[in-house]
Amino acid sequence: MNHMQKATERAGRSKPRRRWLIHLFPLPALLVYAAFVIYPIFSAFTYSLYDWEGISRKGFAGFQNFVTLFTVEPFNEMFWNAIKHNLVYFIVEMVVQNGIAFGLAYVIYRKIRGSGVLKAAYFLPRLLSVIIVGFLWKLILNPNFGALNALLTHLGLEAWARPWLGDPNTALMTIILINCWFGIGFAVLIFLAGLQSIPEELVEAARLDGASGLTLLRKIILPLVMPSVTIMTILTFIQAFEAFELIYAMEGSQGEPFRSTDTLAVYFYRLAFGGPSGTGSVAIGLGSALSVILFFIVASVSAISVFLLRKKEIQH
Amino acid sequence: MKTSVGARSLQYLFAYLFGLIAIYPIFLMIVSSFKTNAEILAAPLSLPASFGFESYVSLWESVPFADFFWNSVFVSVVSVLLILLFSALAAFYLARYSFKWNGLLYFFFLIGLMIPIKLGIVPLFLLMKQLGLLNSLWSLILINTAGGIPISVFILTGFFRTLPVQLEEAARIDGCNDFQVFWRVLLPLIRPALGTVMIINFIQAWNDFFFPLIFIQEDVKKTIPAGMLSLFGEYETDWSMLFAGLTLSALPMIIVFLLASKQFMEGLTAGAVK
Repeated sequence: MNHMQKATERAGRSKPRRRWLIHLFPLPALLVYAAFVIYPIFSAFTYSLYDWEGISRKGFAGFQNFVTLFTVEPFNEMFWNAIKHNLVYFIVEMVVQNGIAFGLAYVIYRKIRGSGVLKAAYFLPRLLSVIIVGFLWKLILNPNFGALNALLTHLGLEAWARPWLGDPNTALMTIILINCWFGIGFAVLIFLAGLQSIPEELVEAARLDGASGLTLLRKIILPLVMPSVTIMTILTFIQAFEAFELIYAMEGSQGEPFRSTDTLAVYFYRLAFGGPSGTGSVAIGLGSALSVILFFIVASVSAISVFLLRKKEIQH
Repeated sequence: MKTSVGARSLQYLFAYLFGLIAIYPIFLMIVSSFKTNAEILAAPLSLPASFGFESYVSLWESVPFADFFWNSVFVSVVSVLLILLFSALAAFYLARYSFKWNGLLYFFFLIGLMIPIKLGIVPLFLLMKQLGLLNSLWSLILINTAGGIPISVFILTGFFRTLPVQLEEAARIDGCNDFQVFWRVLLPLIRPALGTVMIINFIQAWNDFFFPLIFIQEDVKKTIPAGMLSLFGEYETDWSMLFAGLTLSALPMIIVFLLASKQFMEGLTAGAVK
């Protein structure tokens, strides 16, 4: 810092009249960011405190929108139904996606032939737009002509074939598993980066001491990859509570069938933009109130991740 | 350490099985796009009897795919260029100077990392309406740029901080002004970080369908993901064409990925584990 100040001062002395120009540097970023990120979120906060008729703002309503959201049918029912699905989303992603991803990362870490190709393969789905992922799987899962049920029949598992997306018992799980398919490669890379940052000598020393594979994993490796597990947990949480696009692509803004795939973000979309049927017309006040709640759920958890990132930055 | 042959084989089976699961649906998508509708419906898993491009022809005739494509290119390229320029300027200011408000300014940008910007969609929609930008590609460029700035400023500031001060001092003694120090001396040195920022934001802008869904109504103004929404809405039963649409939509990104898979994988994870 000291050097830098000196450099700045020296430069300042040589061209005193132009010094203020430097303050223009952060301006474009600041303006665009403030206008299209900060201002809208801030407005959503104020919107939630007003009555709305269509897209015109009426009187100040205090916390009435929040009260309605939690006490009036069908809003409260829909809220709890949706948040439950967000939680299921998070838990299944943690167990299935991150569990498998950790296994795959570990196998690659322990050296395997073709690891470069494997990594790229796992990662490939992540490059597709979520809308493409959703539509592709919708075709694959079609109950009559889809490839999955054809494959099951082929393998003699006809009994397993079913309308995956049309059955309220399987729809949510199916969508979450597709999301796992989409996100697993990213998780593998995060875990792999964590594994590869473990000092070689440490693992070697433990091996010389006669630690078996499992002991090594439990006593040395797991504790040392905890930072990447934490990051992945936070990212998974944020993703699970923002879940919208895949559901919208596959089950529409109503979270079909029978709202069995509804999530907070889909519910928010419905309130804010009034999907067909549902609660009827747009409800900007209620929608904004829901967005404030969702904001605090997501922001509080991602604040932890930013805190961790900065801490790491300081350590470097 | 010794691992038994059995355990080793299991590891290989596990790793390659999931490799197959990851790729097979994409393979199926590409293969199906060359089949006729009758073939797809009768034998969804088989390879095409003959390679036909009829589905691509009918796709071209049914939707303005060329428009979708160029809209996507325009939106993504302009967004990424603006993000690179704006974020680099801001990061340079934050990392290489120590004005008393810099800490606060940096924190202000970091807040953006915690904000799910889609939650501001209603005010954003009304704002775009007031600005007369609904149905304009600039609405997408502005929101992509704004959304990409926090992570980009964060990554670039980190990199700018690692550069030695001596470089800058020497340049200033040679008579460089602030902008010249930035543009000619420091910017070339953070090229890897610029690459990371480029990849993260390009994928985001290219694949996004939420904002086009809200901001864009006219077909000829749609980007590829939004265009797929209208394709699937209108031609639900022409599977051959739907697969062709998906393949054509996915292909540009897959090709770019195959050319630079290492940079892609490092770039996308950099934001998370830097």
